[in-house]
Amino acid sequence: MSGTHATTPEPSYLVDTGTRTGVMAWLTTTDHKRIGLLYLYSMMTFFFVGVGIGLVMRLVQLTTFQKLVTAQTYNAMFTVHGVIMIFLFVVPGLPAIFGNFFLPILIGAKDVSFPRLNLASWYFFIAGAILAVLSLFTGGGAPDTGWTFYAPFSLKTGTNVSLAVFAAFVLGFSSMLTGINFITTIHRMRAPGMHWFRMPLMCWALYSTAWIQLLATPIVAITLLLVILERFFGIGIFDPAKGGDPLLYQHLFWIYSHPAVYIMILPAMGAISEILPTFAKRPIFGYKAIAFSSMSIAGVGSLVWAHHMFTSGMSGMALMIFSLLTMVVAVPSAIKVFNWVSTLYKGSIDFQPPLLFALTFIFLFCIGGLTGVMQGALAINVHIHDTYFIVGHFHYVMFGGTGMALFAALLYWFPKMFGKMYSKKAIYASWFPMFIGFNMLYFGMMILGMMGMPRRYYVHLPQFHTMHVIATVGSWFLVLGLVIFFATLIYATFKGEKAEDNPWGGVTLEWTIPSPPPLENFDVIPTITRGPYHFEQEEHP
Amino acid sequence: MNDTLHSHEAPIEHPGYGTFIGVWLLLLLLTGCLVGLSHVSQTYAVWGLMTLTPLKAGLVFYYFMHLKYEGPVFKIVILVTLGTLLIFFALLFSDVAFR
Repeated sequence: MSGTHATTPEPSYLVDTGTRTGVMAWLTTTDHKRIGLLYLYSMMTFFFVGVGIGLVMRLVQLTTFQKLVTAQTYNAMFTVHGVIMIFLFVVPGLPAIFGNFFLPILIGAKDVSFPRLNLASWYFFIAGAILAVLSLFTGGGAPDTGWTFYAPFSLKTGTNVSLAVFAAFVLGFSSMLTGINFITTIHRMRAPGMHWFRMPLMCWALYSTAWIQLLATPIVAITLLLVILERFFGIGIFDPAKGGDPLLYQHLFWIYSHPAVYIMILPAMGAISEILPTFAKRPIFGYKAIAFSSMSIAGVGSLVWAHHMFTSGMSGMALMIFSLLTMVVAVPSAIKVFNWVSTLYKGSIDFQPPLLFALTFIFLFCIGGLTGVMQGALAINVHIHDTYFIVGHFHYVMFGGTGMALFAALLYWFPKMFGKMYSKKAIYASWFPMFIGFNMLYFGMMILGMMGMPRRYYVHLPQFHTMHVIATVGSWFLVLGLVIFFATLIYATFKGEKAEDNPWGGVTLEWTIPSPPPLENFDVIPTITRGPYHFEQEEHP
Repeated sequence: MNDTLHSHEAPIEHPGYGTFIGVWLLLLLLTGCLVGLSHVSQTYAVWGLMTLTPLKAGLVFYYFMHLKYEGPVFKIVILVTLGTLLIFFALLFSDVAFR
């Protein structure tokens, strides 16, 4: 790659250079990096609200705190916890933060294709979040349906489901617009010489994710509108009392919401594919296999939705077909894991905090993924459906997978984003309680599920109590780890040492520009002459 | 700018009114068939809808929406989109038709 450093350093994107300054400069910015940070700050705020609600829900399972909230409030809490964590944290997740910040830099562009639309996406996100919060305190109070808003209960409950689903509808626009923006950016704005197979794998992951965002989100948007129409006008499309089909709601909901799982996990996999080569100091093993597995996960993952409905009364034929398809989608996921492990094999491993969290991702994601394949088997699914096993499983995938990858990505790119370096010792110190607490909490949940503990129950039978105590104590360790982790990063933002331009020895484009990057990223658009992970050539030019 | 673009495009020969009227009559005939099938039995009605309606939509796409005169990329995009939709319908029917 040709040199990309400016001869005279330009001010970083963090310096106000336009006509507006301070908060107004941020709220009206069209710079992709600032928009990435706007998402980071807002999503982390929502994340900690979600964590707080989760912590209280765990406390309720202890005898001492059993009366901390009422049963109705508990129902509202698991709904709100789910809505916040799914719609305001993991779905926008890595694409909104790191996609916005790094996609243009990784492909050698100055910004995304539609910078104003990008800012509009953030405003849609915030508008949806405000509506979701309003739904808690207006109408009949916080929704009590669970984040899935299943009909016919969501049609009948007196709680404020209408506003909550409208909030999800608005959030969907943010997702779709970001998807359109990323697809166009990748097609139209790659630097000269950056062929499709010279793109870093994060770009492939964002590209496949963007297609799902664009194609699947409208389906849930229309479905949620139908719920509102049904609640206000009783059109009867999902209400069995009026000849409607409640299973149709489940089908339409999961046609979006299962691919949404891949919206959450694919960019996480992309980030891991960036981190591993940098710290193994060797090219990624099986570049094309990983790139194509992202696309095939996006494709096949869109056809497996009804495995969420195995006990719903669906036909036997559909059960068999969706069970088979669910097994098939495990193949491209496994391809990625094998390639990551092979990348590490015989690498010159430089053990740093981002690698620790990336390895944590692989370990936890494997547990989450393999328990997912278990549930794809019909006989097992009938036994564990709607139990704590499901809760444990999806937290392994979503938190152990997407969450840990997000933390790994944050640690990896933090020096580039803020130009500061964090205390590595403090991050290692945060990892231990986080990892131990995580496994106590969510593996505990899986054991509870196997024992027969149903999910979303306010109280439990005595035989489940010991495991509930273990899981709750685990949640305290987990929160302790999270607090140390984020306190370290927040401290580093203000008081951290100045970071080098390339502290990890990475070879992708973001490591060729200053930390933090200048407003337009590159003084001169680079010309790409080779693939993204050429460490040998760095050593022997 | 549009003028510049148009000047580079090859002139397209559009069919005369006769073709459009012929296609319209064919669409009317197919609609009649669908109405007739719905009086025979529900099974006939469903299979009729599933086969003749896409055919009708195809004729509208092809002639009235000028798909016939577009380049191959555009045709492929439409085909892939409809194919995807068909896969979703087929999977939904694996539940509804066998319940």
